Amino acid sequence: MAGSEVKVLGTWASPFALRVHIALGIKSVKYEWVEENLEAKSQLLLESNPINKQVPVLIHHHKPICESLAILQYIDEAWPSAPSILPSDPYHRAVARFWAAYIDHKWFTWLKGVASAEGAEAKKAALDQVREGLVVVEEAFGKCSKGKDFFSGDRIGYLDIVLGCFLGWLYVAEKRNDVKLLDEEKMPGLAAWAIKFCLEGAVKDVMPDKDELLDYANMVFQAMAKAKAKLNAPPNN
Amino acid sequence: MAEEEVKLFGTWASPFSRRIEVALKLKGVQYEYIEENLTNKSPALLNYNPVHKQIPVLVHNGKPVAESFVIMEYVDETWKHNPILPTDPYEKAMARFWAKYIDEKLWPAAKKVVVTKGEEQKGVINEIQQQMKNLEGELKEKTFFGGESIGFVDIAANIIIWLVVAQEALGMDQILDEEKLPILHGWLQRLLDDAVFKECVPPKERHLDFSKVKFGSSIASK
Repeated sequence: MAGSEVKVLGTWASPFALRVHIALGIKSVKYEWVEENLEAKSQLLLESNPINKQVPVLIHHHKPICESLAILQYIDEAWPSAPSILPSDPYHRAVARFWAAYIDHKWFTWLKGVASAEGAEAKKAALDQVREGLVVVEEAFGKCSKGKDFFSGDRIGYLDIVLGCFLGWLYVAEKRNDVKLLDEEKMPGLAAWAIKFCLEGAVKDVMPDKDELLDYANMVFQAMAKAKAKLNAPPNN
Repeated sequence: MAEEEVKLFGTWASPFSRRIEVALKLKGVQYEYIEENLTNKSPALLNYNPVHKQIPVLVHNGKPVAESFVIMEYVDETWKHNPILPTDPYEKAMARFWAKYIDEKLWPAAKKVVVTKGEEQKGVINEIQQQMKNLEGELKEKTFFGGESIGFVDIAANIIIWLVVAQEALGMDQILDEEKLPILHGWLQRLLDDAVFKECVPPKERHLDFSKVKFGSSIASK
């Protein structure tokens, strides 16, 4: 059966696993999704990714591929028929990879920083940094899209997937901190892009519901706060 | 073929710009090298890499490319002979995985081990030993990570040389010990013997002096 040739190990809330969902959808590849429990990782996950023990993992012909950006490029290369995920020109590919590195290493780190910032001042600084990063990416969007709907032009591609997977968690940060981050005024290009991205065929059926994600995030952060309070509490008499 | 203009902005002591030198030399690409002073960055560098203001930057016919792995893939895709990455998509994915592992796990640990002491340092040493064992698991009996010749992961792993030199400069016991890590140790000797690669490491004495100055304050309280 063709479907069992391709397996994805992931979690519904993981933006990195969402990248793989979307990419396989773009290529119309049938696959089996294995929902992992990160508190009790499956034997398959531990064997497929022994080094990092993380999702997502793509398993193709029984061979595991790890790290979402490596997986995206693998999908583009293993299923080379159109539509393509990365541009064909080496310079445009370099531009796409550069911004993917910026989004993952800088911007997403700042987004995570919002959750770990303690105190009103630190939170504000963290949120400002996320917003500033989006302004930088807004400029990149202008240059890459050249007036079209997506970073990749008329259809979604690498950079759309790399940033778009975080839209749910961006919404979570906005709601939990009662702020606007993806601001239509400051980032009109990205604001319009975000709406179109979520409506894309390969995205809308696999993107987690953002309010479900918010409920999940609230639950996780509440549990973390409880665990922290317990650690900091004075010993019982 | 149209005249090509290739410029590389780098610094002599950066493993990241040295990576690009290896890639360009393996392909026989002629380039102009510009040594940057990171305390006084040139307007050209700031213009070509306004986002990070860092080296290395490759400028090809006026178009800048930044981030060492991005540049390496660009070089490989533009000058297709003597490939640095495998052609098979799975092997390519593995190379990208291990290069990322080196930069995101091994390099931060290497930077940490030379500025920590006591129990904390011991913990980082154990971490690095495990990371190196993982790399050995990938290398196995191959001459290089790239197979018979140097490839993407070998070039990425050049940072191991910076760790070895820093440890020597500080009089630390080498983590990359021939007994404990024979496979990786053998690989490093082959890498340093390679005709192209050995042109792309900082001169040893100068590198040792540089490391002593950079990390020297951690010796005092050892």
